[in-house]
Amino acid sequence: MLLPLIILLPLIGSLVPVLARRARRTPIALLTALLPGAALAITIWLGIQVLKGDILHFALPWVPQMGLALAFRFDGLSLLFTLLILGIGLLVIVYARYYLDPKDSMPKFYGFLMLFMTSMLGIVTSDNLMLLWFFWELTSVSSFLLISFWSWSSNARKGARMAFAVTGAGGLCLLASLMLMGHIVGSFSLDTVLHSGETLRQSPLYPLVLILLLLGAFTKSAQFPFQFWLPHAMSAPTPVSAYLHSATMVKAGIFLLIRLYPVMGDTNGWYYIITLTGLITMFYGAYMAMVQYDLKGLLAYSTISHLGLITMLLGLDTRLSTLAAVFHVVNHAIFKASLFMAVGIVDHECGTRDSRRLGGLRRYMPYTAALATVAGASMAGVPLLNGFISKEMFLTETLQIQSLGGLSWLIPALATLGSALSVAYSLRLVVDVFYRGEPRFLPKQPHEAPRPMRLPIEILIILCLAVGMFPSFTVGALLNSAMSVVATDAMSGQSLAVWHGINLPLMMSAAAMLLGLIIYLMRNILHSSFRRDFLKTDAKLVFERAVQKSIAFGERVLDRIDSRSLQQYMLVMMTLMLIMAVQGLVKMPGLMGPVALQPIDPFVLAGAIAMCIGAIATVNFQRYRLIALICLSITELMVALAFLKFSSPDLALTQLVVAPVTLILMLLTLFFLPQQTPRVSSGIRILRDLVLAAAVGTVIASINFAVLTDHYDSIGKFFTDNAVSGAGGHNVVNVILVDFRGFDTLGEITVLGITALGVLKLLNRMKLFVPTTSAENRPWAPEYFPTIFGSVAQIVLPLALMVAFYFFIRGHNLPGGGFIGGLVAASALIMMYTARGVEWTMRRLRIDFQRLIATGLLIAWLTSAAPLLFGHNFLTTWFDHFDIPLIGSLEIASALVFDLGVFLTVVGATMMILANLGRLATPYSPAREHRQIDGAMSAKKEMR
Amino acid sequence: MMHHLVIAPIALPMLFACLLMLERSVLPHRRRMLALIGTTLQLVVAVTLLVMTRDGTIWTYQLGEWHPPFGIVLVLDRLAAYMVIISTLLGAAAMLYASNGQDAKGTNFHALFQFQLMGINGAFLTGDIFNLFVFFEILLIASYALLLHSGGRKRTLAGMHYVILNVAASSFFLIAAGTLYGTLGTLNMADLAVKVTHVTERQQGLVEAAALMLMAVFLLKTAILPLHFWLPRAYAAAPGSVAVIFAIMTKVGVYSLLRVYTLIFGDQAGNIAHFAHQWLWCGGIATIAVGALGVFSSPDLRIQISYLTLVSVGTMVAALGMGSVDSYSAVLFYLPHTTFITAGLYLVAEAIGRQRGRAGTRIVKSRRLRQPYLLGTLYFVGTLAILGIPPFSGSIAKVMILTTAHGYQAAWLWGVVLLSTLLGLVSMSRAGTTIFWRAGQDASTRGALLNWRTGGAAIALLSVALLIPLFAYPLSAFTHDIVAQLAAPGHYVEAVLGQAPSLGEAVQ
Repeated sequence: MLLPLIILLPLIGSLVPVLARRARRTPIALLTALLPGAALAITIWLGIQVLKGDILHFALPWVPQMGLALAFRFDGLSLLFTLLILGIGLLVIVYARYYLDPKDSMPKFYGFLMLFMTSMLGIVTSDNLMLLWFFWELTSVSSFLLISFWSWSSNARKGARMAFAVTGAGGLCLLASLMLMGHIVGSFSLDTVLHSGETLRQSPLYPLVLILLLLGAFTKSAQFPFQFWLPHAMSAPTPVSAYLHSATMVKAGIFLLIRLYPVMGDTNGWYYIITLTGLITMFYGAYMAMVQYDLKGLLAYSTISHLGLITMLLGLDTRLSTLAAVFHVVNHAIFKASLFMAVGIVDHECGTRDSRRLGGLRRYMPYTAALATVAGASMAGVPLLNGFISKEMFLTETLQIQSLGGLSWLIPALATLGSALSVAYSLRLVVDVFYRGEPRFLPKQPHEAPRPMRLPIEILIILCLAVGMFPSFTVGALLNSAMSVVATDAMSGQSLAVWHGINLPLMMSAAAMLLGLIIYLMRNILHSSFRRDFLKTDAKLVFERAVQKSIAFGERVLDRIDSRSLQQYMLVMMTLMLIMAVQGLVKMPGLMGPVALQPIDPFVLAGAIAMCIGAIATVNFQRYRLIALICLSITELMVALAFLKFSSPDLALTQLVVAPVTLILMLLTLFFLPQQTPRVSSGIRILRDLVLAAAVGTVIASINFAVLTDHYDSIGKFFTDNAVSGAGGHNVVNVILVDFRGFDTLGEITVLGITALGVLKLLNRMKLFVPTTSAENRPWAPEYFPTIFGSVAQIVLPLALMVAFYFFIRGHNLPGGGFIGGLVAASALIMMYTARGVEWTMRRLRIDFQRLIATGLLIAWLTSAAPLLFGHNFLTTWFDHFDIPLIGSLEIASALVFDLGVFLTVVGATMMILANLGRLATPYSPAREHRQIDGAMSAKKEMR
Repeated sequence: MMHHLVIAPIALPMLFACLLMLERSVLPHRRRMLALIGTTLQLVVAVTLLVMTRDGTIWTYQLGEWHPPFGIVLVLDRLAAYMVIISTLLGAAAMLYASNGQDAKGTNFHALFQFQLMGINGAFLTGDIFNLFVFFEILLIASYALLLHSGGRKRTLAGMHYVILNVAASSFFLIAAGTLYGTLGTLNMADLAVKVTHVTERQQGLVEAAALMLMAVFLLKTAILPLHFWLPRAYAAAPGSVAVIFAIMTKVGVYSLLRVYTLIFGDQAGNIAHFAHQWLWCGGIATIAVGALGVFSSPDLRIQISYLTLVSVGTMVAALGMGSVDSYSAVLFYLPHTTFITAGLYLVAEAIGRQRGRAGTRIVKSRRLRQPYLLGTLYFVGTLAILGIPPFSGSIAKVMILTTAHGYQAAWLWGVVLLSTLLGLVSMSRAGTTIFWRAGQDASTRGALLNWRTGGAAIALLSVALLIPLFAYPLSAFTHDIVAQLAAPGHYVEAVLGQAPSLGEAVQ
């Protein structure tokens, strides 16, 4: 299949100039032209089949889930546009070779240009709506890159951004429209869609689909009120303007309307919106073209005007209007591209394109003048040129309109006026620049452009003349074929003749010529009286300002939402959690479950009250740290007692050893916080927080109550039943920790290890202000390490470590275990640190805590992984009883080794955290400033 | 024997993390070598796991050989394998980038990084709700430590918000898990799925309260409005390689939502099925809106990318809220795209910030970049991809999500997503033109150039923008298969609880 090659070759072609970037300029241009040239040959080859009436298809599945397929079709309409895109594209490649400055990057330009060509070809050959949208957006992207080609220019950047924003927005509307279409029709395949016109038009969503579609098409084709981006896109190099912004890209919207005309057209909505938009655009563009000084601006607005004309033709619901539209697309592309190129030559050779400084250039560049004259005449609609024929068709069609009732005559009248304006600005362009007056203050001495630069224009002018004189011979078959997929009966009985006899349209044409001449002669009045009012606003600035304002607005809204305060974030989270929990709770028939409550034990009651008092007191004394901490420890103690009372000695033990460690941690941290805490919260805020806290507390307590009063049937029983038989341990809690759910423990000790590493990371570069006085302004005692405490601590240390080891070793059967043992050991070591100071202790206790943590984790890991060697799963445990002389029966369980890992990790992590904090708190030690206590390495050095 | 591989994505990084902690030499080369070996092994494992699930097998792995629901079980289905390969690939890219010197800017980078991978992979693989909590803790605390890597006041502050909010959420996770356990008597997700089908009216209220709190915790992890506050500044402050791995952290939330609300509270859950959808939907839509606003108005490239992350998680969660099989599939298609592209953009942003001197990543006029073409191309591709402009990955992924919306949901989703895209187009074209083109003639002479490591990582990540469109067909087929498996949670339950032999044999 050759069809995909038409798209593929230019795509590959976009890499050619990049690969050939070392070559000289002409070879680059020629190499670049090679692949699109081949694509053009294929197009012509396939075109012969299409002209016979075939429609060629090619399809590959891509993402069937969303109905996206690499599907292409090649029918008459595609053929017409493909020829246009490839033909003019090749001419532009030649032209650009001479237009671009040696300083400009040719590979970049040609690369982007080929990318654009590919996407444009994709639009016109897609057989899948999603694929079409893909290429549609690609044209916006490549157009952005091409407009901003001279990226150092602020105008180019702003123009490109604006064009991208407008066409991008249109593209998104188009996407929505196409997706809706897909939903209604049930497929994105163009073939299916083209056969589902009735379904679409009957759908209640039709108006929405239409409006979104038109938004897409109008933004692309610069229809009012989205026309404003096009004149600013003229900051692009002229070949780009010629190619994208007159001949092809702006026709994409038109193409889309033609493509979908068979399914979306023929409704009132279509008719009114499109006709009116086209009409307004035509006039607005024509008027603006009259008052431009910049020649490219003039051409840009005249393009807008002609696009409006074509759009209007599409809206008109007469038999021939669509034909006229298609025909005018071709004609406009030909004469407008040549005009742009001619203006480009003027700009290139004179150094300016301001019409006030140009004049009488005929003497300096006679060939260019002649070519521009013919092209201008074609734009004005002079007979025997191609512009004339399609304009005649346009005027003929306007006469057919009856839908405005008694006011229908307005349409042909306005059409004549529009044509007159077209004549006027064509005269301005051609006569003012090439014939009248003299050039003034030109930056360069004007001279004729090199021959090859004029070649593309010459070819286009020959086309102008050929089509103008022998329309049915040159383009009859093509148009016929194109129309066959749009409106099948459009061509019957229609001859593309130059001469239709003296009839009303011809008279209108003549009137337009005359009127145009008069307007041209009166142009000075126009300039002086109207120009000022219309040109004061620069769309670029308006757009930029709108963006700036929106950004400021966005910032304000975001600031409103995001207070950047942690307290607010917490408030939001708590409130949300409250809502979530309440959602479920309100659905319960009652909170109290079937299980009866136990009688209240006075001890329990007393403990509960003490716990509450402790908690409330902590909050109350929050400004007095020490007192607050003491109050907090009351609560902690009560929790430990509660665990004991409800028969979980392990938890109670853990709680008991965790409490002092955290207390020391808190003391160390609080040392660095500001001595006085200001009262920052207002009364209302405190009240709000109080209510929220109470609500969250109540709800969580309710959930607890509900859970506890319900029958309970859990996997817990399995654990108590199997602890001894399956895991060889009598202490179920410990067995759960190291065996049943050993994986959780492995994870948790990892968390502990990571935390230690994290604290090290946080603290090792931190330099904090070390206060020398207490909150009451009393200096801290100079005697840091009381002697008696130190001596006692030294004696106690081995005993404490023994206790730790004892707790650890008996863990499997009695309360204890690696975690508790580790914490006890850590407490003992901390005592040493407190008693003798960081430095003293470190010199004697050369333990690398990080290594300790790693070893602990590694032991746990190896114990877990060892069963793999025996073909068992990770963490599978093993235990057995041995009779050892003297000691008696002893149980050895692999879980104990695992627990050793836990033990070491806990000791290492706790010590690493506390020792690092402690180091921070030790003042006046410049020698230690750059050192970190993550190991004994530094200590070793010091010893030497 | 194959089933032992299921533990490898957790066990391997843990082993290497321990070894890396022990390797204390001053020069980083040996740590890099170790990390490289570890990452390579993990890649091999991840690919093997993906192949193992191709035919639809659900592999279970009983830790300690305790039969579920009593012991902890790991479950490898297509979804888990998919997520593991994504996180492993991302990890490899981050490693490559970090090994250019970022790893030596603070202590224990590689060890923490391996722990981070362990946490992420564990969250994807575990079949136990409490174990999920444990892995959440691992990945949270490791990410916090990594966020602080190479120091700085900004990082410390952003990190504090991040860690405190997340730790607070963790306590609610515990409350929720405790309530579930207290009510249904089990923690195994498959068992929960069974138990939840016959609850009393009382229990139903409790389960719903717990499930909704759990959802809120996941939403915080995913950074969904109004729980998104921690994300933008924390992510923007993270060092490049860390930001890369952060790109998957929000997806852990997405994964958890998808897993829990298809397996436990899916169709079969009767009265309590689908209660989360409305929340997800609204939260997602609101997040897209706020994210788009943030993208539009942020003065800094990194913050802009962070808000883009919000937009993408919003899109995913909203699509989850639509609750159809197609939208789940689209979300899974979208997931690797947004993960890799966002990660790549963070790397590009960091390189830009280094080469622009004092202007950093702020969107202001400055000196020229040292590598304008390379960085410009990467930024351009990444931006268009993340915004969803053809021909890059985002266009397919985004449109696929959009096409799965119907009725009023389509109106909302299309409107919000397309508007957010437009705002993104406007602001990112501004940012790009300002940074790359509105620059002086002379380039700054300082600032690290992208080399084969840093540039390689960025290019590898951003090449996804083209790879996904190229392989859209097999990828979409695979996500379709994943969702087909999710839609039939019975197989999962059978694989975990079924009468099948107790060792981790596979169940078809």
